[in-house]
Amino acid sequence: MADTYQTQTAGSQWLGRAVLYALLVVFAVYYLMPLFVMVTTSVKTLDDIRAGNLIALPQEISFAAWFKAWGTACIGVECNGLKGNFLNSVSFVVPAVLISTLVGAFNGYVLTMWRFRGSDVLFTMLLLGCFIPFQVILLPMAQTLGYLGIANSIPGLIFVHVVYGLAFTTLFFRNFYVTVPSDLTKAARIDGAGFFTIFWRIILPLSPAIIVVSVIWQFTQIWNDFLFGVVFSSGDRQPITVALNNLVNTSTGVKEYNVDMSAAIIAGLPTLFVYIVAGKYFLRGLTAGAVKG
Amino acid sequence: MSTLSIINVKKRYGPVEVLKGINIDVEDGEFLILVGPSGCGKSTLLNMIAGLDTISSGEIAIGGRVVNDLSPKDRDIAMVFQSYALYPNMTVRNNISFGLKIRKIPKDQQEETVNRVAKLLQIEALLDRMPSQLSGGQRQRVAMGRALARDPALFLFDEPLSNLDAKLRVEMRAEIKLLHERLDATIVYVTHDQIEAMTLGDRIAVMKGGEVHQLASPQQVYDDPADLFVAGFIGSPPMNLIRASVASKEGKIGVDLHDGGETFFLAAPDAVQSGLSAWNGREVIVGIRPEQITDDMARGPERTDRVKRNVKVDVVHPTGPDTLVLIQLNDTPVTCRVHPETRVRSGDTADLMFDLSKLVFFDPDKETRIR
Ligand SMILES: Nc1ncnc2c1ncn2[C@@H]1O[C@H](COP(=O)(O)OP(=O)(O)OP(=O)(O)O)[C@@H](O)[C@H]1O
Ligand SMILES: [Mg+2]
Repeated sequence: MADTYQTQTAGSQWLGRAVLYALLVVFAVYYLMPLFVMVTTSVKTLDDIRAGNLIALPQEISFAAWFKAWGTACIGVECNGLKGNFLNSVSFVVPAVLISTLVGAFNGYVLTMWRFRGSDVLFTMLLLGCFIPFQVILLPMAQTLGYLGIANSIPGLIFVHVVYGLAFTTLFFRNFYVTVPSDLTKAARIDGAGFFTIFWRIILPLSPAIIVVSVIWQFTQIWNDFLFGVVFSSGDRQPITVALNNLVNTSTGVKEYNVDMSAAIIAGLPTLFVYIVAGKYFLRGLTAGAVKG
Repeated sequence: MSTLSIINVKKRYGPVEVLKGINIDVEDGEFLILVGPSGCGKSTLLNMIAGLDTISSGEIAIGGRVVNDLSPKDRDIAMVFQSYALYPNMTVRNNISFGLKIRKIPKDQQEETVNRVAKLLQIEALLDRMPSQLSGGQRQRVAMGRALARDPALFLFDEPLSNLDAKLRVEMRAEIKLLHERLDATIVYVTHDQIEAMTLGDRIAVMKGGEVHQLASPQQVYDDPADLFVAGFIGSPPMNLIRASVASKEGKIGVDLHDGGETFFLAAPDAVQSGLSAWNGREVIVGIRPEQITDDMARGPERTDRVKRNVKVDVVHPTGPDTLVLIQLNDTPVTCRVHPETRVRSGDTADLMFDLSKLVFFDPDKETRIR
């Protein structure tokens, strides 16, 4: 009696597992397919692409398209590939991510540990910033950049992304820091630590989990941004996303799918890299409280 | 010289007055307890002394120096928190020496201090661990170590033992008492715990609603409560408070009580005879501690200030060292404390001896003592 019951559940469990795995495989294939096509196409020769079909494996593997996309492909009239724009992107994404994360941490610290009159109102207003669509701030931002004299420059892009990202990073850090017991800052104050010492020596060392969250979020947002890039920069100061678009749209007779695919992968690699390196901390950081036990 | 003097300190949060004029003087080496129900302002007062928040009016002086406008670090105090508040990212050693580091004490002196404190609290083996690797009791010790390392004029404790289990609490209580005696430290200590208050304190400040109701030695607070609130708050089980009519009999003033049956008379102690006579015929509240209604075992010489009564017993609660017996007087449940070997059973009657020497009386409306 008990035996049959057990075999029954074991059987249905096995079936359930099978269905589950089958579904997972289907979804995995579905999502991996485009990547597969991109990677294989990028290493095919043009002849190969014309001859075979989309999902066929390459006849021979050639990285010529990659080198072309990186170094010699034409974007408009310039034929220097994506490398300049890649470096552009790095040069404003890295500072923008670091600054917005650090300032977000600082905002979160002030809004939780040093409440002042109106700090809750300020936080609510900052929160609203998360819901402002990109398009809305284009014109006022263009004016502001012009006024500050950093229009159409890398510092200008850094400024735009820091300002736009602050709402998010502040939210992350504030929600993390409200779980830090206030006794901790009290103890530090009695020990003689000041405003900045407490931030650097006590609060920031508690924050790696949420820093990872903020960095991944900001990096993905800013690296992948197209609109701000297209509006607030031009020519050789454009970020890689804009350059990719222009590269694909620059027609020099033949459509070089392998170069387009290589360029797209190059543009996407950094975010992929960040996820692979730090991704497992992402969820952990989102759900973790600051102080254990 | 008083180490801490608090003069007419008030604190307002918006429209709410949380402290309504506190006056306390703490002598050098004294152990002062702050007790009171939740929300009465104990932590607020402690935070004011520490300088973690500003006072609305009044004056606080530490070591003869007015500290109203000094920041916490300049007040020469150390504080131990209920949540311990250890820095989670630092080892025990660094937790203890953090305050010294900030104050730029030389390295070798820091090390010496850490070792001295660690030895005193027997946490030498834990110095290189992180707080997350410690038990509650060990964290408590480290938190105290952090306070001791600074060697301040004044220690502030905010319910330091309330997160520990009962057994550990007793141990740490004894240890704090020992430390206080050894170091001759001046301490202000907030607690909820009756026993902590009674055993640790040189004096107890009983607070309610932002006011100090009584500030006196533990025995005084226990035997001679200033008002109805203190009488009911201090003691476990609490003092029995019974509404009764004042009457006179054989030239003495006292109160009439009944246990459902016939009325009997308890004479007031000589000291309150005149005070109580003004109340003759009116109702008062009479207070009597459970241990003053006890069994009829002949102890010591016969005294005139005792009355023996046979009363009906409602419930019996054995606690080990004593047995608590519940009876009804003037329709109020009353707890009595009898010897555990005395045979008393629920529903029966028992001979109980009322000790009248410590009866206290209160004005039922103003809740003040009648003296
Ligand atoms: N920052 C604040 N703003 C407004 N009201 C406050 C603030 N801090 C404390 N209070 C109020 O002051 C009163 C006293 O609080 P306090 O923390 O001193 O009580 P307590 O005696 O320590 O209580 P417990 O025993 O529960 O710790 C409470 O009614 C509380 O709501
Ligand atoms: Mg409190």
